[in-house]
Amino acid sequence: MAEKPRVATASLCGCFGCHMSLLDIDERILQLVDLVIFDRTPLTDIKTLGDCDLGLIEGGVANAENVEVLREFRRRCKSLVAVGACAVNGGIPAMRNQFSLAECLHESYRDGIGVHNPGIPNDPEIPLLLDQVHPIHEVVAIDYFLPGCPPSADAIWTFLTRFLEGRPIAFPYTQIHFD
Amino acid sequence: MNKTFTLDGREIHFETGQTIMDAALAAGVYIPHLCHNPEFAPHGSCRVCVVDIGGRQVSACTAAASEGLQVDSSSEAIQATRRAILQMLFVEGNHVCPACEKSGACQLQAVAYYTGMLAPHFTHFFPRRPVDASHPDVVIDFNRCILCELCVRASRDHDGKRVFAISGRGLESHLVIDSPSGLLGDSSFAAGDKAAHVCPTGAILPKGRGYETPIGERLYDREPINIIGDVRAHEEEVV
Ligand code: SF4
Ligand code: SF4
Ligand code: FES
Repeated sequence: MAEKPRVATASLCGCFGCHMSLLDIDERILQLVDLVIFDRTPLTDIKTLGDCDLGLIEGGVANAENVEVLREFRRRCKSLVAVGACAVNGGIPAMRNQFSLAECLHESYRDGIGVHNPGIPNDPEIPLLLDQVHPIHEVVAIDYFLPGCPPSADAIWTFLTRFLEGRPIAFPYTQIHFD
Repeated sequence: MNKTFTLDGREIHFETGQTIMDAALAAGVYIPHLCHNPEFAPHGSCRVCVVDIGGRQVSACTAAASEGLQVDSSSEAIQATRRAILQMLFVEGNHVCPACEKSGACQLQAVAYYTGMLAPHFTHFFPRRPVDASHPDVVIDFNRCILCELCVRASRDHDGKRVFAISGRGLESHLVIDSPSGLLGDSSFAAGDKAAHVCPTGAILPKGRGYETPIGERLYDREPINIIGDVRAHEEEVV
C-alpha cells in the first residue's frame, strides 16, 4: 500500500479559530488520523516541516516569520490551502492596514489607554512586523481557498474528504460563508 | 403580438422597451445584479449582470430585449466573468465580512456565493476610507461602497433631495455627501428616506440594530439569492 498522504498545518496571523474548527470535526478526527499522517502542525507540536501532500494555512501574513513559514510550506507542500478569512483576505488583522505601522505601535505601546512602562518592544527575537497585513495568495501561489471565520468543521471535512478521495472540490451552499 | 427571446434555452416573453433584465425578472428568472433595482432607472455600472449574446458581452440591465436573441446567462464562462468582476469589487474596497453587520444579508456577498467566488484572487488595494457616524440614525461606511449609485438615484429621484453624488474619476471615484461639512449628519438625509433602504452592501446601515439576527437565520444563510431575491424585497420585513 502506498504511504498515507502527509498533512501539515500552520497558524500565521490568525487567532487559532480555524485550527479549533478543524478539531470541531469531533470523532471524525479518528477517521482522519487513519487516512493521513500529520507532519508539522500545532496539533502534533512537530516543529520541522517535511515533504507533504497537503498544507493548511490559517492566518494572513503580518510579520517576517509569517513570510518565512509560508514560503517553506509552499516549497514543501504539493497543495496549499488558504483556510479562513485571514488567510483568504487578511481578515480582522488586516484592519490595521487603515493605519501606518507607527500609528499602530504608538497606540499599542505608547499612547493607548492603560499603557504602563511605555516603549515599543525591540527584542531581536521578536519577528519584525510588515507595514501591512496581506492575504497569503499575495505572497505565494495558493491551490485552494476555504473561506469562513472560521470555516465550519463540516466545510473543512468536505474539503479534506474530497481532496483525499481525489474528487473535485465542491461544497453545499450552506458550508460557504465569508464570516 | 407575442415577442420572445431565448435565455439559457428558455423562451422569455417581453414587451417593446423592456431590457433583458426587465423581461427576465418578470418571468421569474434570476440574472445576478447589484446596481439594478427595478424601482430606478438602470445604471449599468456594476457589470455583474453580464450576459453573452452571440459572443458579445453586454449588461442585461441596460441591453434592450429584442426578438429572437439567444442570451447566455449561466455558462461557466459567464459565471467566471462575473466572479472576476466581483473579485475586483472586493479588493477595491475593504470588505471584512466577519466585522460587518450586513453579513449574511448582504447582496454583494450573496451574489459572490451564487457565482461560486471563494476568494478575492487579486491584490488588495486596502484603500484608506472613512466611516461617517455623524448622523443620529444612520452610519455610512465608505469602505463597503461599490459605487452602484442606488443611494444617489433614490435620493434624487424618489426623495427629491440629492444627498449623494459620485465625485472623481476612475480609481479616484468616491461617494460624496451634499452638506457644508461633507458629513451625513449635516445633510438633509433622514432614516425614513428611500436612500436609506436601497444599499446592496453594508455601506449604509441603521444605527442601534447590529447583529440582530442569529447566524444561521440571516437572509442568505440557508438559500441562495436566486431563490431568496434581493435585499430590497425583504426591507419591509426588518424596518
Ligand atoms: S458589505 Fe457585504 S461583502 Fe462587504 S464586508 Fe459587509 S457583508 Fe461583507
Ligand atoms: S453607499 Fe451603497 S447604495 Fe450608495 S453607492 Fe455605495 S454601495 Fe451603492
Ligand atoms: S446590474 Fe446591470 S450593470 Fe449592475
